[in-house]
Amino acid sequence: MSTIKSLDDLSRIREEVLEKHKAKAAAGQIEVIVGMGTCGIAAGARDTMKAIQEDIQNNHRVGIIVKEAGCIGLCEKEPIVQVVIGDRPVVNYGKVTPGVARQILADHVAGGKIVKNHVIIL
Amino acid sequence: MPVETTKSNKVQDVVNAAIDRHGATRDELIPILNQVNQALGYLPAEALNEISQRLKEPRSSLLGVASFYHMLSTKPRGRHVIQFCESAPCHVVGGREVWEALQEELTLAPDETSPDGKWTLITTSCLGICGVGPVIIIDEDVYGNLTADKVPDILARYS
Amino acid sequence: MKTFRSMVLVSSDPISMKRGAQDVFDRLQAEIKAYGLDEEVSLAMIGDVGRHDALPLVIVYPEAAVYGPVNAEDIHLLVDEHLYKGRIAVDLQASNRELSGKIAWLNTRKGTLPAEQRIVLRRAGIIDPTNIEDYILHDGYTALGKALTESTPIQVIDEIKKSGLRGRGGAGFPTGTKWGFVAKEKSVKKYVICNADESEPGTFKDRLILEGDPHSIIEALALAAYAVGADEGYVYIRGEYTLAQERLKLAILQAKEMGFLGQNIFGTAFNFDLHVHSGAGAYICGEETALLESIEGKRGQPRTRPPFPTTHGLFGKPTLVNNVETLANVPPILLNGATWYRSFGTPSSPGTKVYTILGNVNVTGLIEVPMGITLREVIAIYAKGMKGGENFKMAQTGGSSGSIIPASLQDTPMDFDSFGKAGVALGSGALLICNEDTCVVDLAKVLLNFFRTESCGKCFPCRIGTQRAWEMLDAIASGRATLKTLDQLMDLSVNLYNLSNCGLGQTAGTPIKDILTYFRAEVEAHIRLGVCPAGVCNTKEAVH
Repeated sequence: MSTIKSLDDLSRIREEVLEKHKAKAAAGQIEVIVGMGTCGIAAGARDTMKAIQEDIQNNHRVGIIVKEAGCIGLCEKEPIVQVVIGDRPVVNYGKVTPGVARQILADHVAGGKIVKNHVIIL
Repeated sequence: MPVETTKSNKVQDVVNAAIDRHGATRDELIPILNQVNQALGYLPAEALNEISQRLKEPRSSLLGVASFYHMLSTKPRGRHVIQFCESAPCHVVGGREVWEALQEELTLAPDETSPDGKWTLITTSCLGICGVGPVIIIDEDVYGNLTADKVPDILARYS
Repeated sequence: MKTFRSMVLVSSDPISMKRGAQDVFDRLQAEIKAYGLDEEVSLAMIGDVGRHDALPLVIVYPEAAVYGPVNAEDIHLLVDEHLYKGRIAVDLQASNRELSGKIAWLNTRKGTLPAEQRIVLRRAGIIDPTNIEDYILHDGYTALGKALTESTPIQVIDEIKKSGLRGRGGAGFPTGTKWGFVAKEKSVKKYVICNADESEPGTFKDRLILEGDPHSIIEALALAAYAVGADEGYVYIRGEYTLAQERLKLAILQAKEMGFLGQNIFGTAFNFDLHVHSGAGAYICGEETALLESIEGKRGQPRTRPPFPTTHGLFGKPTLVNNVETLANVPPILLNGATWYRSFGTPSSPGTKVYTILGNVNVTGLIEVPMGITLREVIAIYAKGMKGGENFKMAQTGGSSGSIIPASLQDTPMDFDSFGKAGVALGSGALLICNEDTCVVDLAKVLLNFFRTESCGKCFPCRIGTQRAWEMLDAIASGRATLKTLDQLMDLSVNLYNLSNCGLGQTAGTPIKDILTYFRAEVEAHIRLGVCPAGVCNTKEAVH
């Protein structure tokens, strides 16, 4: 990415990023985001992350982007996983053990059915 | 003795790598000590000697720093280091019971290393992971929401 | 303890009483009974809530609806609307303007969780901290670009002064004033430092910001450097925060690549370089002069002040040291203006505060809310009550160097001035909530153990005093103390405060003073009766 030398440069980059995001959303891109702050990790987020990656490989799920985020401060509900599918409303899940993560991938990401008993509303 | 030479070489290599990375100046001392401590598990006397020569700083002054910070150790430690948080937030949500469970499994006093060299148990002040307390850290692994009955299973994961 | 669905509180300070609070209370009691709600709704009087414009106040939880001024004739409507029909009695609500504590905003809820006002945490957990594009998309680096190209350093400082921002590290010193001190020093070399040695037990707000939104600290430090005339900065992160260090180092690389750090930033003459310095495990390095010693490669022992770091800081140069949370407030203030910032919090403590909620409550975690919220509100609304419906006994606020506050003070608004008046420290914002199974002697012992471990050993009152204090508390806990020990302990806490060189020793006596002030009977029970009322201490230890 180019060096920024003025406010205009900055706005231009922001526009580009925004366009990129819009294009991704329009294409129905799927993102699975795992909260990987130290608290999340202490509550087992690494195991959750591993389970998600393995499940994607084992079941040959394609077009899913797995990302990490910081912590939002809801320690009680860690590990927290967010599912973003295209421009549909974002769904947040709490206390996501590896088992729950696999269920989310199968039911929600692949099947389009939200795993209701683990949803948290932020 | 060939064994000794190998050991010295290793210490020297580690020290050199740390100083090359951070630079041979006093204000880089703590980053240097951190790196050496991480690589060797502690700060042996010969490492401090070597750093003292390279930085042209008195050994006493380096020892002063090395003994001041909790994350640095001048004594060898076990293969696995358990850090137990003993601050108030962990204490009131069941930290005491976890400590008793650790004692039952290991019977080690704070800062003691087991005779077989497997474990070192250290008590530490707050680690900032209080939201999921009580907390212990073994080597680099953080374990939160701990209860006494989880302790044996967790310890069994380490060989 | 019985669980109620609603809690109704009536203010009973002298002004409220004069204006008929007792009538209000009596009418409430009668109406609640008349509606057959007395099994579901609890009713109590509370002391001074620090909101003097609309008295008497009636506060209803869990909605935290604030009604005022309320008189006896209003009660029927209030009970009928709010407690019976379950909707806020809008006509009776105190207007936002009249409440110095600013909690009326809480009526707006987001999802199932109570609303927060997130300024410094607005991006943490939302954006990908390893991706600078995400930060830019969320207004990142705009404040820096605007300041560099459109404002002078003096204008930047003036805006921060006008915002009323106060240091969030614990002391609450006005940030703009501090910046002004460094700016007026004539020196070719100056430094700006971010104090991220967050070690106050129970506090992890700074870690959350660094792990979740590292670019915000880079931007804030660049703004601070521009304002005070510095060209080099450090972020001193405690050694245990390895993830925060990794994330920040990566962010610095990205910022350099895009020209937000380095030479001629935003095409101007401003240059700024930033380093990350790791601590190695020492609580005392959060004290700013100890932190400077540590960056210089020495034992982290506090310097004698004056001179202050603003004139003689790192390597003897004028240095600005700010806490992570303080700095995270800077870009939004410059982007939205001081007036916007002042619309949050109280007049003397504008803005928000991040609190960490811990202990025997249903929901632990971290919240960011306007200054001036009360402890009762935090427990009822954000922590969703005490675990197992147990009683709230006390809270330890602000980490070890804060205060132990009893249930009777839970209606004090949490801002710098109200807490100061009540003789309580707000500190770092940690709130350790304890139930009746917590013993005050045991808690104080844990705290003093912390201080004796973390004392740097430089000055003797602290080095020896913290050890002796711990020994005396241990004697009380194990049944070896006499009543005379309590007098000695109280003397010692006064001496620690008066004679210690820095904040560590000065505050080490606070838990002792607090438990002897608020919980003397419980402490004495260990000695007079040989029992620990909470059933924690083994007072028969001495016998064996």
